[in-house]
Amino acid sequence: MEDVGSIVAFWMLSVIAVAAALMVVAARNLIHAVLFLILSFIGVAGLYLTLSADFVAVTQILIYAGAISVLILFAILLTPRAARDNAETFLQVPGLVVAALVAVTMGAIVLVTDWNEATRGAFPETAEAIGEALLDKYVLPFEIASVVLLAAMVGAIVLVRED
Amino acid sequence: MSVELSHYLLVGAILFSIGLYVALAKRNAVGILMGIELMFNAVNLTLIAFARFVSPPTDVSGHVFVVFVITVAAAEAALALALAMVVYRNRETIDIDKINLMRW
Repeated sequence: MEDVGSIVAFWMLSVIAVAAALMVVAARNLIHAVLFLILSFIGVAGLYLTLSADFVAVTQILIYAGAISVLILFAILLTPRAARDNAETFLQVPGLVVAALVAVTMGAIVLVTDWNEATRGAFPETAEAIGEALLDKYVLPFEIASVVLLAAMVGAIVLVRED
Repeated sequence: MSVELSHYLLVGAILFSIGLYVALAKRNAVGILMGIELMFNAVNLTLIAFARFVSPPTDVSGHVFVVFVITVAAAEAALALALAMVVYRNRETIDIDKINLMRW
């Protein structure tokens, strides 16, 4: 991580991800907020690439920036008479206080703790290793995850079905 | 100066706090879901950072965890949006200030 390219990439992607997340808060139109949310997802996917997580970065773009964002847009467009102004509730100030306290606490923990860092080599390819781990060491959680997805799919269809 | 583990952890903490604020303060139910997705993203970023900096390079357990988190997040998003649709069909609104049927 000593070369200049990695450092520049980290700072640019971090600024994109955090600024887009702040625009999700600040945007006054809910559709614009979703578009900034997609930009934040893409920034985080780039940060995954700088951490040599190629498979997770592609998964992030496919599922978050692709599927979940389209799902959220559909939910907004299918509720046409609901408010679109992305406004806050009366809990705005308490929410701000809680979020600031959480940020300060986690930041202090990050800076104080002496993380037991291991030596890190060059960027390895992770897709093959993840595939082997999913079908060997983590095969039971893998199967349970497929059952969870099936249950969620059936549940979503049953919930929105017209009687 | 180089990019260290704490840089990534701080970005994750900031993203998590922004998502927490969105989830606590937004009035639209879909807005709250967007905050929860931001929090998922921050946690995933932290997991990948630890997988890169703390665990040995041959260990991909952190990556596998993130794949599972993304799977569960997708299921959660589908169900939450289905619930929002049902609420909208019954109440003509998904404004959580007006969904107060179970309030004391």
